[in-house]
Amino acid sequence: MAKKKFVVGCFDDENVLFPAVKKVRTAGYKIHDVYTPYPVHGLDKALGLRETSLHTAGFIYGITGTTTAISAISWIFTKDWPLNIGGKPHFALPAWVPIMFELTVLFAAVGMVLTFCYLCQLAPFVKKHHFHARATDDLFVMAIECTDKTNVDDLQAFLSNAGAVETNVQVAETGWWLGRYDKDEMPFENKEVATA
Amino acid sequence: MASIKDQFVIPGKMKTWSYSLIGVGLVALLAGLFTKGFSKDEHEQAVFWGTLMYNTIFWTLVCNAAMFFICVTTMAWGGWQQSFRRVPEAISTLVPIFGSITFVVLIYVVFIGHNHHIYHWIDDAAVEADPILKGKKGFLNTKFFLVWTTLAITLWSVLGWRMRKLSSEADQAAMDHETGASFIKRNTVVAAMFLVWFGLTVGSTIPWLWMMSIDAHWYSTMYSWYTFASSFVSGMSLIALWVIYLKNKGYLEYTNQEHLHDIGKFMFAFSVFWTYLWFSQYMLIWYANIPEETVYFKHRVQGPYKGIFFLNLIINFLAPLLILMKRAAKRNYTLVTFMAIVILFGHWIDFYQMIMGSVSKEHVTLGWLDFGILSLFVGLMILFTGKALASKPLVPKHHPFLKESILHHT
Repeated sequence: MAKKKFVVGCFDDENVLFPAVKKVRTAGYKIHDVYTPYPVHGLDKALGLRETSLHTAGFIYGITGTTTAISAISWIFTKDWPLNIGGKPHFALPAWVPIMFELTVLFAAVGMVLTFCYLCQLAPFVKKHHFHARATDDLFVMAIECTDKTNVDDLQAFLSNAGAVETNVQVAETGWWLGRYDKDEMPFENKEVATA
Repeated sequence: MASIKDQFVIPGKMKTWSYSLIGVGLVALLAGLFTKGFSKDEHEQAVFWGTLMYNTIFWTLVCNAAMFFICVTTMAWGGWQQSFRRVPEAISTLVPIFGSITFVVLIYVVFIGHNHHIYHWIDDAAVEADPILKGKKGFLNTKFFLVWTTLAITLWSVLGWRMRKLSSEADQAAMDHETGASFIKRNTVVAAMFLVWFGLTVGSTIPWLWMMSIDAHWYSTMYSWYTFASSFVSGMSLIALWVIYLKNKGYLEYTNQEHLHDIGKFMFAFSVFWTYLWFSQYMLIWYANIPEETVYFKHRVQGPYKGIFFLNLIINFLAPLLILMKRAAKRNYTLVTFMAIVILFGHWIDFYQMIMGSVSKEHVTLGWLDFGILSLFVGLMILFTGKALASKPLVPKHHPFLKESILHHT
């Protein structure tokens, strides 16, 4: 994974963050991400993120579950091991519906959780760079990706003007690596901040 | 505030449509009365009155479901429905009207026509000779039927009227904090009373009395909830249709896709809930396979009603499930309109098979009379809902929760 240079602006108010996001985007800067202590309604729209495909994946997992259930049970009860249960026909669809339903829910739920973890790169021992430890507490942290042409000082001044209470420059790994938050470096310890 | 179109004016076209639908309906009603109602054949009479019964019961319960929606959201201190709450309120003004029609039809069937082909249990001699019916006599008797039917329709109408009257207070003057709080509290109290009565009637006894007792020997504990789910999902569809109609005419400025999305969610969720009850009722009886229980499904699943019975499942379950599942679909006015019509038609067919499947076991009677009577009720529904909408401002301007509805975001 590649290291990139970021200019980070920290905001302490949601009502300042939204106009700031808008200003930064109209100015043509590329926002890497905004880290917030809690889900902020409408921020995804303000950032121009596309609608998630997680629900489409969920639907596909769901019908996979239904299909698995119906094909497995119908094969077992009609071909592999037909049993006479209370004189019911071997192909006893109503009796299978609860199982079809359960497998639909199971596949959809487990599949969506795993897909979500994959998309967000969440797993044990997977580590990612934290731009600011207080992003989990009370700060809204906006990371802007720099290009060769970005004037870092201008951008920092621009962010301060837009209402950022703190700005800094960080060179950070964009992807994930294996590590442990409790063993390696403490996110709350003051990190070496590269100033370019 | 002044610029928004707040007062509904009934367009001439709507009047023409409602009067012509009522006209068609009246012609069908008269033709039905002479060909079937006055027929010498008691089965033909039963078909005529049964057709009237399922139409009037369906529309009464659907309109009552609109008031149920108002009361449930009031109880939950919901805010999002305030911007279009006058629509379900207007629909619920039909409860006394359709309720009276239901009352007349049921009273005719039980007391005047004495139609034992519909209600077997009104035949005293048959009840005496039948240990099962004798055991149900405490509940299934004409006196209780009369008292409970009267009470049910009256209290739905009265409590609904009180809810609507309270709602009018929000048109008058701005409320300060104190007035607003007591306004919400009074709303909650009336809504709670309505809901308790709704649970005792639509949620349990009324479908037993009016519909399930047609199969006097048979019973299902799912039946009332099944009927309720059917009427509620149709009620939500009807609300959606009126909201979209008013939006198209340029009214209901505060109501937008966000509100439509939530109405769509109700249509989707309660279609699935209906199916859940449909299936629970069906599977248990299918599994146990006890003759006293399977008697209800025999002519529906294996007899002449087979087609309608399974068509019912497709249009009331598969269609809403697959079409309304996507977020974009619930926010699309055209698709929601289409699905609302499909759902209303589907549940009308559901009520058809629930009642006519028992009244006329051997023959599917669906024909000109059914659609004629349906047209009568649709005409009346359009006429009176339109009048009720025009009688009040469309937005309760000073309702304490209105702002929540304007800002609503799904």
